[in-house]
Amino acid sequence: MNIWLYILISALVAFLIRATPLVLIRREIRSRTLRSFLYYVPYVTLAVMTFPAIVEATESPLAGLLALVAGAALAWFGGSLFQVAVASCLVVFLAELFLV
Amino acid sequence: MKSNRIWYQDGLRDGVPIALGYFAVAFTLGIAARNAGFSAVQAAVSSLLNHASAGEYAVISLVAAGAGYWEMAVMALVSNARYLLMSCSLSQKLASDAPLVHRALVGFGITDEIFGVSAAVPGRLNPFYTYGAMSVSIPSWALGTFLGVVLGNVLPPRLVSALSVGLYGMFLAIIVPPARRSRVVLALVLLSFAASYIAGALPVLAAVSSGVRTIVLTVAISLGAALLFPVAEDQERDTSEEVSP
Repeated sequence: MNIWLYILISALVAFLIRATPLVLIRREIRSRTLRSFLYYVPYVTLAVMTFPAIVEATESPLAGLLALVAGAALAWFGGSLFQVAVASCLVVFLAELFLV
Repeated sequence: MKSNRIWYQDGLRDGVPIALGYFAVAFTLGIAARNAGFSAVQAAVSSLLNHASAGEYAVISLVAAGAGYWEMAVMALVSNARYLLMSCSLSQKLASDAPLVHRALVGFGITDEIFGVSAAVPGRLNPFYTYGAMSVSIPSWALGTFLGVVLGNVLPPRLVSALSVGLYGMFLAIIVPPARRSRVVLALVLLSFAASYIAGALPVLAAVSSGVRTIVLTVAISLGAALLFPVAEDQERDTSEEVSP
């Protein structure tokens, strides 16, 4: 059993999965349904990955929930990527001073 | 027309919050790798090549369990399968004459977060933007794993807890502004939150790995939306236009 081989196998599989569609699908897709599907994918997949994971990532679930609300509100009113990311971390840090 | 250099710098800028979040998560990954018998160099190389939390946890747990190489390949397939969908989505974001090398390199760089920022770029994606985001975040991911193996549990849990939501904060920064502009996107985001919560709570679906759940929900919800609310081409541009000023 060689750890390096495990690392190489998984890296190869991961690379093929990531690169194959990008390399093979070179033309613009014409089907409106398929285009719409791919248009919605980023929003849906990021939303699915955000909740409830954000509440499970923190020591206190309430702190995660507060970060979700604060981050969403800041993003709604124009906060940048960096601002929203840092604000979410700060909210959790401050909330957990009281909660944990 | 922005030059490749400007695109690269924009990518670097948006890669910084990713790098910070990665560092904290990778640190905990390194601790797990150490327990499974990885050297710091092995863990760092695994991070440079795989750079995927679920995928790397899979490597670590299979090594720890003494599983076979074929099991490793199948597990890598399952734990990374959602990137297939992201790669399809990005294939439409690049110019159709983008060279193969760039397509393969952008593909190599796909993680949840790098995909997120790349998909949110207004208009066409220049590969150099993705390279910028990759070149701060992937080394940070590898360094985090390396230090996790070497140092073990030295970061206070309070700090790890706070840093680990940074990545979700970024996701919010990507999905909320388009949701404000489009009621359909807003409804989809809320529906996705609810569906993801329910899927995680239902005993049948909770048993499936979170990666597989993400794929099933993404395909089902996006397909439903595409059939009910097909997007006009000018609308595609409008919603993504103002994401970053």
